[in-house]
Amino acid sequence: MDDFFTTSVLVATAAAAIRLATPYLLAALGETIGQRSGVLNLGVDGVMLLSAFFAYWTVLSTGNLWLAALVALLVGLIMGVIYAVITVFFEATQGISGIGIFIFGLGFSDLMFRQQVGTPKPVPRLPSVNIPFLADLPYVGEPLFQRSLMTYLAFGLVPLTVVLLNKTTFGLNVRAVGENPQAADSLGVSVERTRFAAIMIGNAFAGLAGAALVLQLGIFQPNLTQGMGFIAVALVYFGAWRPWGVMGGALLYGVVNATVLQWKALGIIPVSISDLAGMAPAILTIGALILLARRVHAPAALTKPFSRH
Amino acid sequence: MFPKKGAVLIDKLLGALVPLMAAAVAFALGAIMLVALGANPFEGLQALFDGAFGSGDRLAATAVRATPLILVGAGITIAFRTSVINIGGESQIIAGALLSTVTALSFPGLTPYLLVPMVLMAGFIGGGIAGAIPGALKAYASVNEILSTIMLNLIMVQFMNYLLRGPLIDPYELEAGTRIPQTQRLSDNASLPTLVDGTRLHLGVPIAVAAAVAAYFLLWRTPVGFRLRAVGHSPKAARAAGINVQRNITLALGLSGALAGLAGAILVFGSQGQRMVTDGSAAGFTASAGFNGIVAALFGGLHPLWTVPSAFLFGALLTGATQLQRVLQVPSSLAVALNGIIVIFVISSSRVRVRLKKLLENSSLINKPDQEETTEAT
Amino acid sequence: MKTKMRFTARLFAVLGAFALLATACGGDDDTPEAGGALTVAIVAPSASDDLAFTQSMVDAVNALDREITLSITDGTFIVEEAAAAIRGYAEDGINVVIAHGTQYGASLAEIAPDFPDTTFIWGTATDTQGLDNVFAYHPAADQGGYVNGVMAAAISTTGVIGVVGPIEAGDAVAYINGFVEGAEAGGATVNVTYTGSFGDVALAAEAAEAHITNNADVLTGSAQMVVGAVGVAVSNDVPWFGTQANQTSLAPNLVVASQVYHWEVVLEEMLALRDSGTKGGQAFELNMANGGLVIEFNDGYSLPADVKAAAEAAIAEKSAG
Repeated sequence: MDDFFTTSVLVATAAAAIRLATPYLLAALGETIGQRSGVLNLGVDGVMLLSAFFAYWTVLSTGNLWLAALVALLVGLIMGVIYAVITVFFEATQGISGIGIFIFGLGFSDLMFRQQVGTPKPVPRLPSVNIPFLADLPYVGEPLFQRSLMTYLAFGLVPLTVVLLNKTTFGLNVRAVGENPQAADSLGVSVERTRFAAIMIGNAFAGLAGAALVLQLGIFQPNLTQGMGFIAVALVYFGAWRPWGVMGGALLYGVVNATVLQWKALGIIPVSISDLAGMAPAILTIGALILLARRVHAPAALTKPFSRH
Repeated sequence: MFPKKGAVLIDKLLGALVPLMAAAVAFALGAIMLVALGANPFEGLQALFDGAFGSGDRLAATAVRATPLILVGAGITIAFRTSVINIGGESQIIAGALLSTVTALSFPGLTPYLLVPMVLMAGFIGGGIAGAIPGALKAYASVNEILSTIMLNLIMVQFMNYLLRGPLIDPYELEAGTRIPQTQRLSDNASLPTLVDGTRLHLGVPIAVAAAVAAYFLLWRTPVGFRLRAVGHSPKAARAAGINVQRNITLALGLSGALAGLAGAILVFGSQGQRMVTDGSAAGFTASAGFNGIVAALFGGLHPLWTVPSAFLFGALLTGATQLQRVLQVPSSLAVALNGIIVIFVISSSRVRVRLKKLLENSSLINKPDQEETTEAT
Repeated sequence: MKTKMRFTARLFAVLGAFALLATACGGDDDTPEAGGALTVAIVAPSASDDLAFTQSMVDAVNALDREITLSITDGTFIVEEAAAAIRGYAEDGINVVIAHGTQYGASLAEIAPDFPDTTFIWGTATDTQGLDNVFAYHPAADQGGYVNGVMAAAISTTGVIGVVGPIEAGDAVAYINGFVEGAEAGGATVNVTYTGSFGDVALAAEAAEAHITNNADVLTGSAQMVVGAVGVAVSNDVPWFGTQANQTSLAPNLVVASQVYHWEVVLEEMLALRDSGTKGGQAFELNMANGGLVIEFNDGYSLPADVKAAAEAAIAEKSAG
């Protein structure tokens, strides 16, 4: 255990936790915005897979990481249009349509990968960008301020999402249609348009999450996300539909994962129980939520399609 | 006043045409993808159907593939009717399979007349526990069940891996040094009997159908079901009527998990392997039935009885997909993508039908029926 | 509710009719054009170009020195799907069906007796389950692991080596245990992390990062998710040892050597037996002595001559049995 409590190991663990948390945070923030408007999207994982593949393919063929992030964003927006049309205009049951999107993303990204790439080929990874002055701070400098731009973006989006939801007319509309669409409608807020926009933003974030994942790893393979999108949905519930809470959930998940991996590498966790230790992030997430015992209520109109009858 | 004949006819026509169109468009997209892959789409469609229905054996394989979907789907129905969402099918299937495996390992010599019901019951109980945990967490600790069921899926996979490569591993695997994470071959006395010789149709299939029927009766013909649905309809009103909301929420997720657990037992003792083996992932054991079961349930309108044909349809798609890959040498992921497209299109179509009808009504081609047909959102 | 049910009923009626129609239009399967060549099919759990387990078998069949028509069903980690594919190939009259996954064994025990003229090849497995038309194969993966371990210990300056594994089971354990033995013989400390997943690339990457934090300056790993760990090795300029297939393409300057499974060695023997009328019933081990396990060095990495000599000595030792 003493090996763990050295500065270099702790700093590395914190850095790993933040890297691990980045894609979860981006996806969960997007899902938060969607759910606040009353739309559950279980298809996040599918969107992440599609955007991750297309981002990877872009880097592979052009070498341009920025273009890759842009392509991922675009894929997220396209999937957003599709999901918004399905849920807002066709009023499809959200649980099932989301799973439909997930299954499609899983299959199509796999298919494209096999047709266009085949054998996994490494691509350049996102470089770390040091923030002047802050990066040189002792202890916190390395884990917090020597990260990739994708990580800064993810954490920077947390306060921006708070402002968006709480301080803008759009955010007010989003919360209104998520709580009481009938009332919002009678006040002249377009439920359809508001939800459409919220879904687009949410899926764009999911697209960025896919890009963050693949650009941090520098490699793609079928089902790269391994259910990350579903965990991101769970983190929205953990965070009680609040961006800071969602960030707390993503960080908790990342910290526990990183610590377990570090302890495995140090031999603190023996090989014979490595799988039991692998349960830790999920157990601690549930445990933390029991302790926090926040009796918050979900957006009242969550999963309920709206039609003016 | 009854709606005019013309309106009924149009409604019927739309009712038939729109889902057909949706399925056709989905298959057309699939065909386009096949062409893009350089394969003949007609051969592809033919292979898909041939693989699912082409022979008695394949039909049986489709039914066997549908079995866990029926059970998970029926369980999902109970949960959803109580307004709880169960995304933990994967963990409950695994829990049921593990407990039934331990049962078979503990009493290998029992007569099949006792052992088969016992392993099925063990599956039911194992899944029930795995379902009741998130149920109780929701009811008594306000932990959202979407979060806890997703997390439990992750937990159970690791637990399965631990047991199958540790305490439950086939001693022979240790001896031979191959260390394949699987149990020894379980007692044949626990094996589910085959119903039709030469096919894989086993007892699990009628059990699943019976369980779906039982779920229907439970929900709509018993006081228990009434209470569950009352909680689902309005927890506040149910509480006012003296119903213990917490206990019913736990019960709903427990029952939902129990049916999934039963599917787990059937997966082990209805399989040719007669043993549990892991490839490290949940899907490797469950074939993603925990997720596909949700789709089957929602596709069947959250009605336990309609879940049966719905599960059969998805079972057919899944078995047909294997044939598609084998005959045309296209990646199996094409079939996965196609499944997603079909789900999306068909689920979107019910609304299109209503909209089209409205459009026709507004253009006053037909008289407006006074009863608006609406699809319920649950 | 009533109306919804009616809609659902119609939906199924229509879809059912559609299904029947399409089935009615369907004819018989196309039997593969044999044209004298031996027909071989592979059913495997991961992608055929995964740079690991499945690819090793596809490469092996393609390396066989005879005329072969090969069909592949890959990505069938779900046993039921694999079983359907195995049976389907046998029904189509394929001569040799390779069930490339331990987990397919139970299905094979049901299928193989129904097709006595078909040869089934199954692995990794140490016995044929008493079936006389099944050949079994398994690699002595610990041998290459040992050789890689010897080299790793020799090139490590910190004396710490990191290993990234999936779950502690199967031939991953054999390779890793062999590796640990070899590296510890060379005086190195080996830290092993099992991430708990064959697919989680992100966890594999972070596991590799954790090793590097703990002074590891050489890495290895087994299973398809190691592509993530190799990426970390590249960014940290740390040498990597591969197994199952030649992983040089992942890191052309840093892969020192890969233990490659040359299944064609045992496949050749099995097919020769088949030609002489023996359809199965024997188990084969892939090892260094029979040339099935080969350490393929990467010319892009400048391995010191004495280390290479030590590796070759270890290979000779293992080859001698």
